[in-house]
Amino acid sequence: MSTILDITGVDMAFPTPQGDFTALKGFNLKINKGEFVSLIGHSGCGKSTVLNIVAGLYQATTGGVILNGKEVTEPGPERAVVFQNHSLLPWLSAYQNVELAVKQVFGKRKNKQQTRDWIEYNLRLVHMDHAMHKRPNEISGGMKQRVGIARALAMQPDVLLMDEPFGALDALTRAHMQDSLMEIQHELNNTVIMITHDVDEAVLLSDRIVMMTNGPAATIGEILDINLERPRDRLALANDPEYTRLRAEVLKFLYEKQRKVETIHDKKNTKSQPLNGSEQAA
Amino acid sequence: MNSTSSTAAQSQPPSRLANHFQTIFNSLVNTVAIPLTGISVFLMIWAAGAQSIDTSLGAFPGPAAVYQQFGKLYLEHNAERAKADAFYQRQEQRNNQRLDVDPDYTVKVRSYTGKETFADQIATSLVTVISGFLLAAFIAIPLGIAVGLSKTLNAAINPIVQIFKPVSPLAWLPLVTMVVSAVYVSPDPLLAKSFLTSMITVTLCCLWPMVINTSVGVAAIDSDLVNVSRVLRLSALTHVQKIVLPAAMPMIFTGMRLSLGIAWMVLIAAEMLAQSPGLGKFVWDEFQNGSSSSLSRIMAAVIVIGFIGFLLDRGMLQIQRLASWDKNSAAR
Ligand SMILES: Nc1ncnc2c1ncn2[C@@H]1O[C@H](COP(=O)(O)OP(=O)(O)O)[C@@H](O)[C@H]1O
Ligand SMILES: [Mg+2]
Repeated sequence: MSTILDITGVDMAFPTPQGDFTALKGFNLKINKGEFVSLIGHSGCGKSTVLNIVAGLYQATTGGVILNGKEVTEPGPERAVVFQNHSLLPWLSAYQNVELAVKQVFGKRKNKQQTRDWIEYNLRLVHMDHAMHKRPNEISGGMKQRVGIARALAMQPDVLLMDEPFGALDALTRAHMQDSLMEIQHELNNTVIMITHDVDEAVLLSDRIVMMTNGPAATIGEILDINLERPRDRLALANDPEYTRLRAEVLKFLYEKQRKVETIHDKKNTKSQPLNGSEQAA
Repeated sequence: MNSTSSTAAQSQPPSRLANHFQTIFNSLVNTVAIPLTGISVFLMIWAAGAQSIDTSLGAFPGPAAVYQQFGKLYLEHNAERAKADAFYQRQEQRNNQRLDVDPDYTVKVRSYTGKETFADQIATSLVTVISGFLLAAFIAIPLGIAVGLSKTLNAAINPIVQIFKPVSPLAWLPLVTMVVSAVYVSPDPLLAKSFLTSMITVTLCCLWPMVINTSVGVAAIDSDLVNVSRVLRLSALTHVQKIVLPAAMPMIFTGMRLSLGIAWMVLIAAEMLAQSPGLGKFVWDEFQNGSSSSLSRIMAAVIVIGFIGFLLDRGMLQIQRLASWDKNSAAR
């Protein structure tokens, strides 16, 4: 397998009134073509920062990102981003939101008919063809996120970047979305980096889970290969010993090795979040 | 009447039809009966109060006097129009006669210079306020977008806006008058100087709310939407067209409605002070006239001014409903 994306020696320092805040220090990661990589770590450790650097929305203080042999210096559609809160243009319908991206990326390379077919194909892929002429405020949160994914897929990106794409959804919708995403991934075999704080989601979807240490100066703590056979089925996996082991590995990393140091100040917040249920790291 | 209907509703379950009528009745009460009651009470207080106020021009006009005055103003308008028609007819006849005698005669058409009627003054004021407002929008909205997009420009322009925003039109007026007289010198002016003066004063006063609201709307665009635009590598122009303008549209309209309201108030004051044609001049002339009917004529003008202000606002709201994607912000 060939490396498509190479993140090398990335440091990120944000200027703040109290001096520079080093969010990332020495972050290195190589990603292969067609690989699905999850980034997991406690809230505020620097996951979004990594993603934004790959997207070109932030510029790393030192080090850099190389995609297909070229250095990333600015954002671009070959690194499409799915944002946490869908970020659809509220004045455009689902179709028009995807259309804006398709017209911008393909321009004259697709004629009218091809453009329409391509938009509809991508909306069908995320099961949104029945509501493609609805505005964002007329559809549910899950549907908005589907359109956001369709818009990103329609750019035919080299890497698809997703920042907690299902974080704002309820558990049932989230499960549906994960199944859809696996289905799409089976069909298109995209290279994906997805941020999540849901351990089950990470194990279910990924080829590799990149676990990050707590900030400041966060970096990669461990990388876990997920060699579960595809296609994966959440019900069958529930009783799979390998699945259980992998899940336990991630949990151990998050809650033993990288246990969030509780200060008196935020004890109250951490206590109110039970560690059972769907085990979220945030 | 309410007690009977409510006891009836309690004794037997209301049928669908009855419910339907109840809804219609309620909405009629809310939209027609209550406002009508409010207006009637106001008219009664006005009528009662007017009798007890004696001015040097006679008793303060009550609703009846003002109502009569509307009729008179209408008749005066018709009379003046008839005179104008007669004038043009005579002129045409004369010209035709001359042409018959001398085919080389170049026809001179003079326009009628009679007294402006109340309706003429209304038309003048409306044209002035709309021109001044449109000119302001034409400057303020692009400027507001630029200021909203650039922090530097915002820092540079903000103090100027903050200082000029609270300036009364009456302070601008002498300056505008002098500048217009000095700069706008043309033997055969297309636009009257008085029109330009009023219009520019209106423009100066309604620039600021539009600049401020537009820039705030633009600066408040969701950063995720800006990131979408960056990922798509939209050109600056497309970014403004496809992202910035629609996103800021609700705020732009808020600014426009504020400005139009200010524009109308400013215009009446400016016309009074500068004696430029329009409703303000009508009010001032009547005041100077000091005849026994002056106060009721002024009162008629006041009502018309209020009514037009209201219609302008409604009109703007209607345009907003048609043009803006955000139906919530256009609801009020
Ligand atoms: N633009 C910024 N300026 C200053 N500090 C920032 C900025 N963006 C992120 N940070 C800080 O960097 C750290 C990592 O943030 P982020 O990448 O958003 O975390 P995560 O996505 O893992 O929750 C946090 O402590 C955050 O406060
Ligand atoms: Mg984040």
